[in-house]
Amino acid sequence: MSPIVSVKNLRKSYAGGFEALKSVNLDIEEGEILALLGPNGAGKTTLISTICGITVPTSGTVTVGGHDTQTAFRAARNLIGLVPQEINLEPFETVMNTVSFSRGLFGKKKDDAFVEDILRKLSLHDKKDNKIMMLSGGMKRRVLIAKALSHEPKVLFLDEPTAGVDVELRKDMWDVVADLKASGVTIILTTHYIEEAEAIADRVGVINKGEILLVQDKSDLMRQLGQKQLKIELNEATSRIPDALSAYDLSLSDDGLMLTYSYDTKAERTGITTLLNELQAAGLQLKDLQTAQSSLEDIFVGLVKEKA
Amino acid sequence: MNFNAIWTIYIFEMRRFFRTMTQSLVSPVLSTSLYFVVFGAAIGSRIDEVEGVSYGAFIVPGLIMLSVMTQATSNASFGIYFPKFIGTIYELLSAPVNFLEVVAGYVGAAATKALFIGLVILVTAFFFVDIEIAHPIAMLAFLVLTCVSFALLGFIIGIWAGNFEQLQLIPLLVITPLVFLGGSFYSISMLPPVWQAITLFNPVVYLISGFRWSFFGTADVGIGLSLFAIAFFTALCIGFIWWIFKTGWRIRQ
Repeated sequence: MSPIVSVKNLRKSYAGGFEALKSVNLDIEEGEILALLGPNGAGKTTLISTICGITVPTSGTVTVGGHDTQTAFRAARNLIGLVPQEINLEPFETVMNTVSFSRGLFGKKKDDAFVEDILRKLSLHDKKDNKIMMLSGGMKRRVLIAKALSHEPKVLFLDEPTAGVDVELRKDMWDVVADLKASGVTIILTTHYIEEAEAIADRVGVINKGEILLVQDKSDLMRQLGQKQLKIELNEATSRIPDALSAYDLSLSDDGLMLTYSYDTKAERTGITTLLNELQAAGLQLKDLQTAQSSLEDIFVGLVKEKA
Repeated sequence: MNFNAIWTIYIFEMRRFFRTMTQSLVSPVLSTSLYFVVFGAAIGSRIDEVEGVSYGAFIVPGLIMLSVMTQATSNASFGIYFPKFIGTIYELLSAPVNFLEVVAGYVGAAATKALFIGLVILVTAFFFVDIEIAHPIAMLAFLVLTCVSFALLGFIIGIWAGNFEQLQLIPLLVITPLVFLGGSFYSISMLPPVWQAITLFNPVVYLISGFRWSFFGTADVGIGLSLFAIAFFTALCIGFIWWIFKTGWRIRQ
């Protein structure tokens, strides 16, 4: 199946020479949730803005649903909903009017029942006649989502939807995203929060300094994360791993004093007990034991530093 | 064409107008009444007639033009500057709309408001002076064209402005002097020859002159020239706005 969003060699440089995006390539599959992780200034917002038409690319192409965002901008943009990072709303308008405005702007006929239905799903229905300025910060974020959904988009971009939002509302937001995915909407969200990517994404992309460093299935990433290491320090150096232990995923340090055993914490059996028994049987004396686990954060920090 | 989008922007902007209806109408009506009292009754009583028309009646077209031009400009400039200021412009830039649709929505609404105010001032004028409109259809056409062309100018100012001060700058420093010096309160034939020649470089002269012709059948400059001037000004503004959207000047990075 061809991707719903396809970004090819996308570059964006500004007049001062700053390169916000350096030849970005990215395919987003229909129906998935892709989380773009990256530090501040990594190019997350520039990437989203360029796909959505707010920023003009220096070179490269973007297609949405097969439509080029430059040459067939109407068809492409009709498929896109955008929830910006900043809370940009007309303060004196009512919730209902401001959401209906978005729908009209995308060329859709006025449909109060449909808009009210969106408001209901986002727990905003009782506020529909309130002015935006009367709403709390969390409610305003929901209004932004309602606006983005008002024209029934196929692809929804959420730019840091939970930045500066309290824990409870963040969980609510994750539920909203899960519901949207269930309704068939493809979702691309940017975030600083690794736990957010872990909680809701199907795939995780890491972006830094205008480059995509990695895009991987979250489950693969989690498998890497599920890997834990047991470091076994020996009393006396050994020249090789005893044959009896060849079934275990073991490595020996150069000085022969440290054995490292990698295992999957999510597996039914970790094999630690039998390994320790067999070590004893093989006549190896243990001095100390320690375990270590890498987190998504470690992978993320490692990637970002590596390329720095 | 995305007609739904044009209509949506238009209605959204008109709603702002109706929300502030009192301010929108009271202020022009009050200032026009003041002009009539000062220029019409106090000073005008000492001026006989200008080109065969009583002075009170003579200033009516100029007064309407003065209000319509400033209102059209300020409404349109505010209309597009406000989304820029509060950040909601992201939605216009990411929506499936082209420059014509955005302009039609914003400029259409600003021009409608200005037209409405112009007509209210005209009605107010009937309370103060006796006037007859020689060419009502031409009068309306001139009024509509002026509303549209100055709303286009206002749209450009709104895109250009980086803050609220700049938003006020052009109307205050350029439009008001041009309107005052464009024959709102006098016939340019009353000026010394040198000033008459200089005045002909003021585009507003042609608009006020044409508009006055539609009331009294007499004009400072030919009606054809007036129409050409307003068409040229409108085309210039549309061309500039087309360039703004093509290059993304001040709106799209």
